[in-house]
Amino acid sequence: MAGIIGYGAYIPRNRIRVEEIAKVWGADAPSFKKGLMLEEKSVPSPDQDTITMAVEGSKRALKRAGIDAREIGAVYIGSESHPYAVKPSGTVLAEAIGATPAVHTADLEFACKAGTEGMFIALNLVRSGAVKYALAVGADTSQGAPGDALEYSAAAGAAAFLFGAERLVAEVLETYSYTTDMPDFWRREYMYYPRHGGRFTGDEAYFAHVTGSARAIMAKAGLKPADFRYVVFHQPNGKFPFRAGEMLGFSKPQIEPGWLVSKLGNTYSGSSPLGLTATLDIAKAGDLILLVSYGSGAGSDSFVIRVTERIDEVRDLAPRTRTLLDTNKVYLEYGAYAKYRRKIRKAE
Amino acid sequence: MRDVAIIGVGMTKWGELWRKSLRTIFTESALLALEDAGVDHFDSLFVGCMSSGLFVGQEHLASLLADSLGRTPVPAARVESACASGGLALRQGVIEVASGASDIVLVGGVEKMTDVTGCEATFALGTAADQEYEGYHGLTFPGLYAMMAVAHMHRYGTTREQLAMVAVKNHDNGSRNPLAQFPFKVTVDGVLNSVLVADPLRILDCSPITDGAAAVVLCPSEMARKMKKPVVRITGTGQATDTIALSSRRDLTWLESTHLAAQKALAMAGRKIRDIDLFEVHDCFTIAEIMVTEALGLVEKGRGGQAVEEGLTARGGRFPVNPSGGLKAKGHPVGATGVAQAVEVVKQLRGEAGERQVKGAKRGLTQNMGGTGGSSVVHVLEAD
Repeated sequence: MAGIIGYGAYIPRNRIRVEEIAKVWGADAPSFKKGLMLEEKSVPSPDQDTITMAVEGSKRALKRAGIDAREIGAVYIGSESHPYAVKPSGTVLAEAIGATPAVHTADLEFACKAGTEGMFIALNLVRSGAVKYALAVGADTSQGAPGDALEYSAAAGAAAFLFGAERLVAEVLETYSYTTDMPDFWRREYMYYPRHGGRFTGDEAYFAHVTGSARAIMAKAGLKPADFRYVVFHQPNGKFPFRAGEMLGFSKPQIEPGWLVSKLGNTYSGSSPLGLTATLDIAKAGDLILLVSYGSGAGSDSFVIRVTERIDEVRDLAPRTRTLLDTNKVYLEYGAYAKYRRKIRKAE
Repeated sequence: MRDVAIIGVGMTKWGELWRKSLRTIFTESALLALEDAGVDHFDSLFVGCMSSGLFVGQEHLASLLADSLGRTPVPAARVESACASGGLALRQGVIEVASGASDIVLVGGVEKMTDVTGCEATFALGTAADQEYEGYHGLTFPGLYAMMAVAHMHRYGTTREQLAMVAVKNHDNGSRNPLAQFPFKVTVDGVLNSVLVADPLRILDCSPITDGAAAVVLCPSEMARKMKKPVVRITGTGQATDTIALSSRRDLTWLESTHLAAQKALAMAGRKIRDIDLFEVHDCFTIAEIMVTEALGLVEKGRGGQAVEEGLTARGGRFPVNPSGGLKAKGHPVGATGVAQAVEVVKQLRGEAGERQVKGAKRGLTQNMGGTGGSSVVHVLEAD
C-alpha cells in the first residue's frame, strides 16, 4: 500500500483580469470569458519562479505529512519553466527543504503533465521499497506569447505531494498512462514562447488523451464514473474539463471542487495537481477521486485515489487551496504584469 | 466543339482533417467520382489548387496526384487562379473534352489548409491579393471585403442585418448537408454578436479555413448517353479577369469579372439568368454573395441585401442561392470550392440533394471567384 502522506499548494497573490489583457491587445474579452470560461489568472512576482513556488508548496506538504525531510529519498520537480536550461531545480528544492544529501533528484519536463509524471515515479519508488518517502512537485510560471490566446490562461502555481507507505492521507489504488507522439504544443531551445496548433490541441490532443486515459484506468480498476466522488482533469481553460467530463459521464458537482482555472488560469505542470489539492481539502474518508492530467506532446496520467480518515487530521495544518486562490489578492495592470513576466527588455 | 457532360461526382466530408494528407483527401474524392461515373480510366487530369506550396510545402501537384491515383502516365495539369482555381480547372477540363483532345477527363480541386497556423494561412490566402499594392500595406482578405461591404452599405443602404441574413440562410442550407464543415444553423443575433474580424465583418460573416477536395468526371455528352448514366451537360462556360488590386477598380461595389463571365456562359448556353433554377456562388464573405447576386443579374445593382431579406435567394425562393450551404457553411478549401459547386449542382439536377433538394431543378449555375474578383469563372449546367 502506498499513497499520499502530505500535500501542499502554492499560488502567488498577484492576479490579472482577462479584461486587462484584452484591453491592451484590442481583443474581445467576453469571448474569452464566455468561450473559454476564464476570468483572471495568477502572476508570479519578480522574485518568484518554479523553484521558489515548489519550495513553498513542499514545505506545506511536509507540515501535513509530519515527517523529517531527511527521510525523503527522492525529489522530483516537473515544470516547463525550470529557471535554468542547465542546472537542476530539484537540487535547490531538496536543499531548501533539508532533504540533502542522501536524496535522488530529477527535473522533469512534459508540457502540462510533468507534475503527475513526478507523482507516478515517486509513488512507484515508494511502492518498490527503494525509498521510504518521495516528494513530487508540479510547478510552473507558464509562458504565453504576448497577444496569443495562451496569454489569457498561462499562470503560476505549484502543488507538492509526499508519498509514503504508512499513515496515508490518500491511497493510490491504480495508475494508468496514455501516451502518443502528438505535435500540438512545443517550444524549441532558444524560443522564448511556446507555439501551439490552435484547435488541433482540442479533439486530437487533449480530449483524445484525457478520455483515453480515463476510460482505460476505469476499465483497469473496474470502476465507472458514478463510483467516484470527485474527478480532476487538467485545466488548460474552463471549458475543456467540463467537456471531457461530459464525454466520460461525469457530472458538474464531481468536477467543480477541483476546477480552479477560471480564477487561477492554467498553471501547466501545477494544473491538475493543484485541482487535486483543492479536492483533498474538502474530501472525506472513503471518497474516491480520479485524477487525469494532460501534457502536450502528448500524454495523460491517471490516478485512482481513495481518501483515508487521516485527511481530517492534516487538512488544516496548511492553508487550503481555495483560501490561497480567493484571498489576499493583488490585481495588476498590464504594465506591471509585463514587467513581472519579463516581457519588457531592459538595458543589459 | 463537342458537347460536354458530367457523368460522375465525388466529395467527402470537409473540415479540419488533421488525420489525412492532401493526397489522401484528393484521392478519396477522385475515386468516388470515378466510381460514380462507372469508368475504369481517364485520359487526362486537371487539378485546381491555389497554394499547396505554402500550405503543405508541395508543388508539382498534378503528377503527384496522377501517381497517387495509380494513373501515370496520363497528362495532368494543375490550374491556379487563387480561390477560382477549382472553377478554372473545370473550365480547362471542359475545353479539353470539347476540343476532342481527351474523351474522359477527371477534374479535381483540393486544398489542405489546416496544417499551418492561422497566421500562415492568412498569409497564403493573402497572396491572392496584389502584393505590391495591397499585401505590403497590410491588407488581408477580411479587410478588403470589409471595405467592399462599407462601400456597399454607404451607397445602397445595405444593412448589417442583411449581411447577417446571408450567413443565416447559408447555414440553414448547410445544416442539411452532411458533408459540410459547419452543418449547423446560426441566427442574425448570433452573427451580429460574433467576434469582430474587420469592421463591419464578424467571424460568422467569413467563410472558414478548410481541408477538402471534390472531383467530377467529364466526357462528351454523346458518349455519356451511351453509358446510360444520368447526364448533366455543361452548356456554358465563361471566364473573365479584372484588376486584382481593389484600389484599381472603377467601382468597389461591382464585380465586373463575375458579370462578364456570367454573360459569356449564359450566351454560350443560350439562356437568360431567369432560366436558371439554382445557383452555387462564391460567398467567401457575406457581402460577396450580395454583390455576386447583383453581378449575375438576379437583382438590380444595390438590391442584393434586400433580396436576401425578402427571401428571394432562400432555398424555396425564386432564385435559390447556395443550397449546399455555400462557402460559409460547407467550408472553403479554396482550390476545391469551384469543383464542389459543380458537384452540388449535379446532385441537385439529378434530384440527389436530399433534405436540401431544390424541387424540380433542371438548370444550375456555378460562380467561382478569385481574390476580390480579379478572376471569375461561371458555368451553366443542365439536366439532359
